[in-house]
Amino acid sequence: MRQPNPTLEVRGLTKRFGGLVAVKNVGFDIAPGEILGLIGPNGSGKSTVMKLIMGIEKPNAGTIQLNGVNLAGQPTHRVAHAGIGIVFQHSRPLHRQTVLQNILLGLLPDSLFTLRAPKSALKHAEQIAERVGLENVKHRLPATLPFADLRRMELAKAIAKNPKLVLVDEPFAGLTAPEVRDFSALITTFRDEGRAVLLVDHNVKSVAALVDRVLALYLGETIAEGSAAEVMCNETVRRVYLGGGITTHERPQKTFAANETILDIKNLSVHYGKAQALDDVSLHLKAKEFVSIVGLNGAGKTTLFNAISGLVPHKGEILWHEAPLRGTPAAIARNGIVQCPETRELFGDLTVSENLLLSGQHLPKPERAQRANWLLTLFPILKTRAPQQAKTLSGGEQQMLAIARALMMNPKLLILDEPTLGLAPVILGQLSEALKTLRDQTDITILLGEQNVTFALPHADRVYVLEHARIIWEGPPSTFATEMAAAYI
Amino acid sequence: MTRNTLIAVIIVVIALAAAPWAGIGDYIIGVLTMICFTAVFAMSWDLLFGYAGEVNFGPSFLIGLGAYGAGMADALYALPIPACIAIGTLAAVIGGVILAVPALRLRGPYFGLVTLVAVLLLQQAIVVFAGTTGGEIGLTVPDFISGSATVNFYWAFGLMLLAGTVLLTIASSPFGLILQASGQDPIEAQSLGYNIVKYKIAAFILSAFFSGLTGAFLVFYLGTASVGAMVDIAVGIQVIIAAVLGGRRTILGSVLGAAFLTGAGELLRPAGELSGFIVAALALAVIILIPNGLLGLLQSRRAA
Repeated sequence: MRQPNPTLEVRGLTKRFGGLVAVKNVGFDIAPGEILGLIGPNGSGKSTVMKLIMGIEKPNAGTIQLNGVNLAGQPTHRVAHAGIGIVFQHSRPLHRQTVLQNILLGLLPDSLFTLRAPKSALKHAEQIAERVGLENVKHRLPATLPFADLRRMELAKAIAKNPKLVLVDEPFAGLTAPEVRDFSALITTFRDEGRAVLLVDHNVKSVAALVDRVLALYLGETIAEGSAAEVMCNETVRRVYLGGGITTHERPQKTFAANETILDIKNLSVHYGKAQALDDVSLHLKAKEFVSIVGLNGAGKTTLFNAISGLVPHKGEILWHEAPLRGTPAAIARNGIVQCPETRELFGDLTVSENLLLSGQHLPKPERAQRANWLLTLFPILKTRAPQQAKTLSGGEQQMLAIARALMMNPKLLILDEPTLGLAPVILGQLSEALKTLRDQTDITILLGEQNVTFALPHADRVYVLEHARIIWEGPPSTFATEMAAAYI
Repeated sequence: MTRNTLIAVIIVVIALAAAPWAGIGDYIIGVLTMICFTAVFAMSWDLLFGYAGEVNFGPSFLIGLGAYGAGMADALYALPIPACIAIGTLAAVIGGVILAVPALRLRGPYFGLVTLVAVLLLQQAIVVFAGTTGGEIGLTVPDFISGSATVNFYWAFGLMLLAGTVLLTIASSPFGLILQASGQDPIEAQSLGYNIVKYKIAAFILSAFFSGLTGAFLVFYLGTASVGAMVDIAVGIQVIIAAVLGGRRTILGSVLGAAFLTGAGELLRPAGELSGFIVAALALAVIILIPNGLLGLLQSRRAA
């Protein structure tokens, strides 16, 4: 859908990081007074597109035209002057300055010789504070404000210089329902003023009510474009988000009925400062069960796993073998709860075999060798890589090593956090096979956190869906696609 | 600046201005003079660390350029003192720009490492060209500011007032606001339309200007330019500790930090070799226990 006189015109945008193509030949328009939603799962390239537009990253190819002027490759401050404003998801306000002074920061001339803020700028800052709903707190320090007001302040800074295009990264992350309504209304006023708006988010659902059009990215490429409803119905999008067409292999629940409840979590809550990362989460795992936690980036999966591993303070109860779980993270790992973190945390300078043997230190020598051998048959590629430094492995091989290293600890419960992050589809097949082997041939209980449902569903016996810090659905993987479609894309 | 802070500053300024007439000896006046010099060095450093967010491990590189620039102009060419001081200051500013422009392109700890190496380089250059620089023994200059401790003190005190006023004005101006934003969240500062490199280089020039100027004055106060007093890494560390001790991102705190370091050093002089150790241990305790510094502590007390 091409508009006659678009504010923003992106063509052939491409960005490579080393061998990884993060954005591949992406093109789109945004008309004045139009809101475009740019969606895609983690690693789809949507944030990179936003950074390329803002000049934070330089594209390898392509053009970014704002009202006909190409800005591709320009430094960020020039892009800002050309008329693009951005609202970051995470920003660090000036803590010794008031809200008003922070907003003023968006209004000053780019000159070394401004020793006094122009009167007009001060007046303008007051007006903007009022417009975004901060008039009552404008003389307070940012640290004393609730989270939503800090987001308002960021919004105020971004629109201060009257940009033609506003980029907003995850506009509603961490906000309550009434706050989401306020922010939607604010963003709608940008549209009414004739600004072009780009909203970047994980799924269509979160921005559906607001956007005029949606562009969906996956692995750096455009997979769908159209109205929110059209994109939600798109075949490729459904496959990416819901794993449409995959076969699930859940074992009936009665298989586990007689097993002990190995992990029982009751009313778990975690706060990071003002933001609530987990809200009253309860779940359980039977011994030998394979449970997947499905949730988009920021839903709270990693926080949940870190709470179980004793890495973050929490409220609520975690029962392990029906007794409260206590002790240091190291003690918890020795007790049989081993986490393979999203970030992998390999020892990059040690070799593959050193990485493995290191986590088997507590095992008697014969058992250690036996276990290492078993792991090398589970992941044959690691055998050929044994003398290499871990940091020289490809992403997929590193992930296999991370899982193997966790298994070396002889876990009763293996927690896998986003093992597919940034990996190519062919590797996913191999990892998936390995998980199937673990499920069918060992007694290990598995808890898998994933946003990639094509990977999370096939071997799972049961699935929980985590959204905005809460569990919103629990059930067998075979009913996931039909029951969760509307809520998940 | 809050009203209370302003009142406190005025009281301290008046007290210091009156100090030489309060019947204290030349020795105490000398200590106060050194406090003023150290305070300017620390303030200049705070502009970079506290506001621009750049850790300069080489404040003594800038001080040393100022000191040796002025000292050599006097000892070798017998120029009048004001000309010598101007040359020293200029040397520090030029040296600072040559250092900052490439170094600010580096990310993270590398800027700090470059500044550290610059100090070693200057130190080695002084030793290698001992014929003109006086080498490790130091360079004795024929001229003095004055033979009177009181006059010397007023020069140092005036310098501190000047540097404090200028740096504080700039720090609380829109320039300072943008500089702080560049230090805390460089990507966001650029997204708001500010060319942050420009602001950081300007901050470095200001810092170099006051460090060099004061280094040059120090030569004509001590009568000598020496590696041990002006260039050594240990001198730079003292400056950094004074600034952090006093309170990061305050400018004013540097005066408290300098007074504490220099004052404690003098008070503990009877302890001999041990005094340096005790001062360092005290400084460490303050930095660990009150990371906001002495000024931060005073302000939070008042707020509570």
